[in-house]
Amino acid sequence: MKAPALAWTGGALLGIFLLAAPFVLSAYLLSVLILILYFAFVGQAWNLMMGFAGQLSLGNALYVGLGAYVSAALFVHLAVPPALGVLAAAAAGALAATVIGALAFRFGISGVHFALLTIAFAEFARLGFAHLEWTGANSGLFLPVRSRSDIDLLNLRGPPILFYYLILALVAGALALVHRLMRSPLGYSWLAIREEPEAAQSLGIDLFRARLAVVATGGAMTAVGGVFLAFYTNTLFPSDVFGMHRSIEIILAPIIGGLGTFLGPVVGAVLLGVLGETATAALGALGIQAAGAKQLVYTFVLLLIVMGLPGGVWPWLWKRWTR
Amino acid sequence: MTLDLIANVLIGGVLTGAVYALMALGLSVVFGVTRVVNFAHGEMMALAMFAAVLVFDQAGLDPLLSLPIIAAALFAAGYVLQRRLVEPFIGRPEHEQFILLLAVAVILTNGMLLIFGPEARGIVTDYSFDSYAIGPLVIDKTKLIAAGAASLIAAGLFAFFRFTILGKTIRACADNLTGAQVVGLDVGRTYALSFGLGAACVGAAGALASLVMDVTPMLGPELTLLAFIIVIIGGMGSLGGALLGGLLIGVSEAAAGLVVAPSMKSMVSFALLILVLAARPQGLLGRRPR
Repeated sequence: MKAPALAWTGGALLGIFLLAAPFVLSAYLLSVLILILYFAFVGQAWNLMMGFAGQLSLGNALYVGLGAYVSAALFVHLAVPPALGVLAAAAAGALAATVIGALAFRFGISGVHFALLTIAFAEFARLGFAHLEWTGANSGLFLPVRSRSDIDLLNLRGPPILFYYLILALVAGALALVHRLMRSPLGYSWLAIREEPEAAQSLGIDLFRARLAVVATGGAMTAVGGVFLAFYTNTLFPSDVFGMHRSIEIILAPIIGGLGTFLGPVVGAVLLGVLGETATAALGALGIQAAGAKQLVYTFVLLLIVMGLPGGVWPWLWKRWTR
Repeated sequence: MTLDLIANVLIGGVLTGAVYALMALGLSVVFGVTRVVNFAHGEMMALAMFAAVLVFDQAGLDPLLSLPIIAAALFAAGYVLQRRLVEPFIGRPEHEQFILLLAVAVILTNGMLLIFGPEARGIVTDYSFDSYAIGPLVIDKTKLIAAGAASLIAAGLFAFFRFTILGKTIRACADNLTGAQVVGLDVGRTYALSFGLGAACVGAAGALASLVMDVTPMLGPELTLLAFIIVIIGGMGSLGGALLGGLLIGVSEAAAGLVVAPSMKSMVSFALLILVLAARPQGLLGRRPR
């Protein structure tokens, strides 16, 4: 009985901190927190696909990029506000995921082959957008920046505090959505598919449709993350938004935090954020500025975590607390 | 576009493809036996290329001569990597293996960046600009040498798997793990040997590639993806498939450079990959998954 009480108190304190954060944190720390929340959000989408339904998609940069480019191009070229553009972006993400999923699941492609198929599509899109003049090709797509003080929620133009509360709401929404989905019949069928596809099929679960549903949901959610990225950074380059590194950074938080748990992606994102900042600070204090040094330290710690805590940090912590 | 030009481009593609094939062969050996996808494969190749450049700059040793040393060094590195890092991950979920080898890849890339810097490095030998003219065909001498050496090494590997006891042991572990354990084969050692062999292949490919292209630390991820494309097109774990895939991608890249635009060449490769995965998921020469 002790652990839940502790969890509720901790949760309440955390909630208060998160709501008050923009007023107590420096601009720099707020930007770090925004990035952490972004990774928690897109990580949750991947957690749904991989953690709960067992579909190893390694090309989620495709959905980030599609969401970012669809909403930004609509805004720049046709003056469609992102509040509407996000619908088109989510639809694009869901559609792309459905097409890839249909192609893969129809032919029984799974595991490593499915992962490489998703990478191939992401790379294909990266190179395609690098040649697409309408969205600026390789020279990039830039969103017009207005005065940073006035808040325009419809057009997502404004100071960082706007983006902070937006991504906070998205993370909370994603948690609620995933929690809700996993308590639905569809969610239980995903779990069954993850554990034992053949047994699930023998129970009358339509593997093909259930798998399509999960990749489409994950694709749409990730595309929404792409919309956020586009309007927060205001600059889009195909090599950046569609890059392999985007796909990788998406999957780190849920894996480190604990795949297939609701809070894993959030815990992982916080840990990775803290780790990244600590590495930067430590190297700065040591006077090491060489390119690659931070990545080296960061990856090394990552390696240790993956080797030491196979199931992720959150399940491990939970087990220690509730024992 | 004349017929001569097309023929010349295609020959160039086949020659580059032979080096690609050797690189992909390494990936296929590792996957075929251990079922682990080596996401650090391209980074290992970039490392071998840097080694070849370094040896050439410091000792003036031609990559063809430093090749055995580099291949042996990578064999040792691959063996140790499998024994120390990868072995505990055998049987763990695919995404955890992915993260592990990805971490190795990132460490290699950034290590190379720290040591060698971001500049492109290459090798210019005294035969770098020679070529043979056969009628209307012009064949680049370095490319021909690299392709010839790659084919020889690949043939040697095939002979190793076909005719030696060790080669047969490795194939036994790949075909039927339980059976191999029942007859008392040391699986851990066999896996490490296969990883070492795969690394030696990519090391040799790297030494040869250093003759025909420049290397940067950022080349690693690109080569990893390229090796994947080739291996999947040919069929994961199929050695013949890796050869066929290498030649196909070499030719298609060259053809894409000629017909579409050089910057779109990898797009054509990815399109080819998507096509193959859709039409024949096990790859051109791969066995049907069970």
